[in-house]
Amino acid sequence: MSTPTIGVLALQGDVREHARSLVESGAVAVAVRRPEELDQVDALVIPGGESTTMWKLAVAFEMFDPIQQRVKAGMPAYGSCAGMIMLADRIEGGIEGQQTLGGLDMVVRRNAFGRQVDSFEYDLDLPGIQGFRAIFIRAPWVESVGNDVEVLARAGDRIVAVRQGPLLATSFHPELTGDARVHSYFVEMVREL
Amino acid sequence: MSSPETTPSVGTARVKRGMAEMLKGGVIMDVVTADQAKIAEDAGAVAVMALERVPADIRAQGGVSRMSDPDMIDGIISAVSIPVMAKARIGHFAEAQVLQSLGVDYVDESEVLTPADYANHIDKWRFTVPFVCGATNLGEALRRITEGAAMIRSKGEAGTGDVSNAVTHMRTIRAELKRLTSLPEDELYVAAKELQAPYELVAEVAREGKLPVVLFTAGGIATPADAAMMMQLGAEGVFVGSGIFKSGNPAQRAAAIVKATTFFDDPDVIAKVSRGLGEAMVGINVDDIPVPHRLAERGW
Repeated sequence: MSTPTIGVLALQGDVREHARSLVESGAVAVAVRRPEELDQVDALVIPGGESTTMWKLAVAFEMFDPIQQRVKAGMPAYGSCAGMIMLADRIEGGIEGQQTLGGLDMVVRRNAFGRQVDSFEYDLDLPGIQGFRAIFIRAPWVESVGNDVEVLARAGDRIVAVRQGPLLATSFHPELTGDARVHSYFVEMVREL
Repeated sequence: MSSPETTPSVGTARVKRGMAEMLKGGVIMDVVTADQAKIAEDAGAVAVMALERVPADIRAQGGVSRMSDPDMIDGIISAVSIPVMAKARIGHFAEAQVLQSLGVDYVDESEVLTPADYANHIDKWRFTVPFVCGATNLGEALRRITEGAAMIRSKGEAGTGDVSNAVTHMRTIRAELKRLTSLPEDELYVAAKELQAPYELVAEVAREGKLPVVLFTAGGIATPADAAMMMQLGAEGVFVGSGIFKSGNPAQRAAAIVKATTFFDDPDVIAKVSRGLGEAMVGINVDDIPVPHRLAERGW
């Protein structure tokens, strides 16, 4: 699988930016809105956006269960911001009844860094990636992780990037910077699995 | 946040414009109470616009229309977890300062309210909170971006339920973008003069073929098919004002417009979600509104 086909969940959010970074990282990127489109991809990116909206639309268009099943079956997935919330086993600060796809053994707090006036840019290091300019927008943070979750980055003392097996999540938006190193890291993960 | 190793920068252009990127493919709904905000959130809105009266009522009741009561905005902020936007009058930087201090996530410098300054818009670079502004054409959009707008919405005729103006303005912006990308480089100087926008920004737009910020549509959108048409015409998302809470069944209509915005290119989905919505807002034909009472013509 030298050129993996990676879907971007296209129910809502910054789909195009993720697709561009994936292509730059050597993958084929396709938009995924329907179950049959999900069947065609090797891996899935859940973009930034509004997690409550994505959840509602995923349920309404019968995408929720199929994605959950693929994730359980070991499909690699990467979520940024809202996508991180979607991939968390447990969330704090969600709306009533808000479900997540889960997969990552962690608790994520929604909007933890505050409102838009608190949104910020910040330089951080990830394994093999030095000095990455990270953009946090009404961002969540990881409150706690299970034993099998590897912490990849912190902003101050807050966990903002994690990996567990084939699943990757960041509080921030690497798709907004034009720096495709985090996407390349994910594409490399997909190639290895 | 606690003890960062480097200093985080807030209010940068990327942070402001990035916020709008997260709203793409979504619907932003006008609400006047916390209860309406909850209904909007439950229907899948990506954000709500807090205001005192929806445009249809502003139109019906007349008078000077201003920023909303801070208590009302606070009530909406605490009722929902999705982003909350609020409107300031064109040029009214003090209203915008108040909205920023209340913690709203986006300020709409809006022609729906009565303008406070007929010469100058707000200098939006001076704020940490991002701004969205309306535009009827490319030049207007570029002037707003020059002043610091981090998101543009095409103007329609708000409070009418008549989508025709939104269509006109979106088509105009799209056509002007297309024309710009086809021009030889040495004609961009005159293009900048004609657009009344800075040359550097005009050259950037000509090169990229799109605005450097997200482009939504607004004004007169009342049905799922309206939203789908505007998305097909190039909008990256939809503002719905009076169209939801002036209709027969707001919760259901709101959810239907959300679905239609995601599947804007799938008529089967639009047909399905358009069934059994009850009455749409009654509406006014834009042609029946005397020109001085048209909101889209405010701003320049």
